[in-house]
Amino acid sequence: MAFLHIKNVVLRGVAACIPARVEENTDLAHMTAPDIEKLVATTGIERRHIVNTGTCTSDLCLKAAEQLINELKWDTKEIEALIFVSQTPDYILPATSCLLQDRLGLPADCISLDISLGCSGFVYGLSTLASYMQTGMIKKALLLAGDTSSLTCSKKDKSTYPLFGDAGTVTALEFSEGADGFKFHLGCDGSGSNAIIINDGGYRNPFNSESLTTSDIAEGISRSKLHLALDGMDVFSFGISMAPETVNALLRRFNIDKEKIDFFYFHQANKMMNERIRKKLLLPEHKVPLSLRQFGNTSSASIPLTMVTQTAKALSSGENEVLACGFGVGLSWGTVCFTAKYLTIPELIYYD
Amino acid sequence: MNLETFVQEFAEQFDEMPADSFSGSTQFKNNEEWSSMTALLIIAMVDQNYGVKLTGDDVRKSTTIADIYHIVHTKAMS
Repeated sequence: MAFLHIKNVVLRGVAACIPARVEENTDLAHMTAPDIEKLVATTGIERRHIVNTGTCTSDLCLKAAEQLINELKWDTKEIEALIFVSQTPDYILPATSCLLQDRLGLPADCISLDISLGCSGFVYGLSTLASYMQTGMIKKALLLAGDTSSLTCSKKDKSTYPLFGDAGTVTALEFSEGADGFKFHLGCDGSGSNAIIINDGGYRNPFNSESLTTSDIAEGISRSKLHLALDGMDVFSFGISMAPETVNALLRRFNIDKEKIDFFYFHQANKMMNERIRKKLLLPEHKVPLSLRQFGNTSSASIPLTMVTQTAKALSSGENEVLACGFGVGLSWGTVCFTAKYLTIPELIYYD
Repeated sequence: MNLETFVQEFAEQFDEMPADSFSGSTQFKNNEEWSSMTALLIIAMVDQNYGVKLTGDDVRKSTTIADIYHIVHTKAMS
């Protein structure tokens, strides 16, 4: 069991940036009205913010990071580590974190690293960055997490396109001697790698003359091999069993009283799945904020985006015990528990 | 677990179909109401009542309620 307790690091602030462009699920062209009604009722997703052509995840993260650095009054020269968590990088290579180091004006003496994970990525990224910092040799660092999943989905695939929104986030970590830090449980089951996959375009199945050919998979599901394919049933089954399991594992391992947690942030998959998870864990609704109605599933951005859009006031004005749990593509999952004290949270940022 | 109870629990996941119209031999995808959403409800019911993880393939390869019942039964025993 992969548990971690990383001390001497605290979360100082979090910011999120979303595209200004909104797509209403009621306007979906390739679905009938009753189908749309059922979809919205089950998934809880009414609209999504999606990027215009040419905008990358890094652009959204950059804007969020600039604002957060500004409000934290951090000097960019002091930032010594940057991690970018995404599955929609600017290029196959170089790593997007290198481009972001330059665009943010961070010193060359700065660790920069990409992590390729989706829904579990925020928690994994937090564990990696906090690990770098725990001895105090690095004092300030940024975790950038997000995706532009709308660009990976076929518009003619009702099993993916209506679910995913785009967002970029930034989380600021700082060394703080004596702080209790972060407690983690992390895991992975690669036997489920086919449940969420883009088949072509990597090096197992390089882009070829057939990659762009669209085929009808089922009614309402047409896509090419460069599009995201999602086995909704497998992912649902995984989510409702694994999310409660990893949360309970963390609570047990560190002897954490569930009642003392103020907010439980779950990856925003869909309402039906998130409600199942909440009910299995016997959590009251007011402790489990949801943001998927407005933004859909935003991959690794979903946890920080929910913190910013649903609970900014509570997180910025006091001390809260927080638990966050991400689960999805990989299949991969991670849960973290920490104390959030007077966070700096800029207002939600829009990207034109 | 027994088939009769399972059929009832299965039937409860449908809104419009009358519960007494279901039996073990019902071809559950062969009606107007069946959709990918119903499939998720079935998966959730099996998780909750039997602690068993149904996969997408389990649902895809099954035709009748008894087919699903046998999968759940086998998984619950192992």
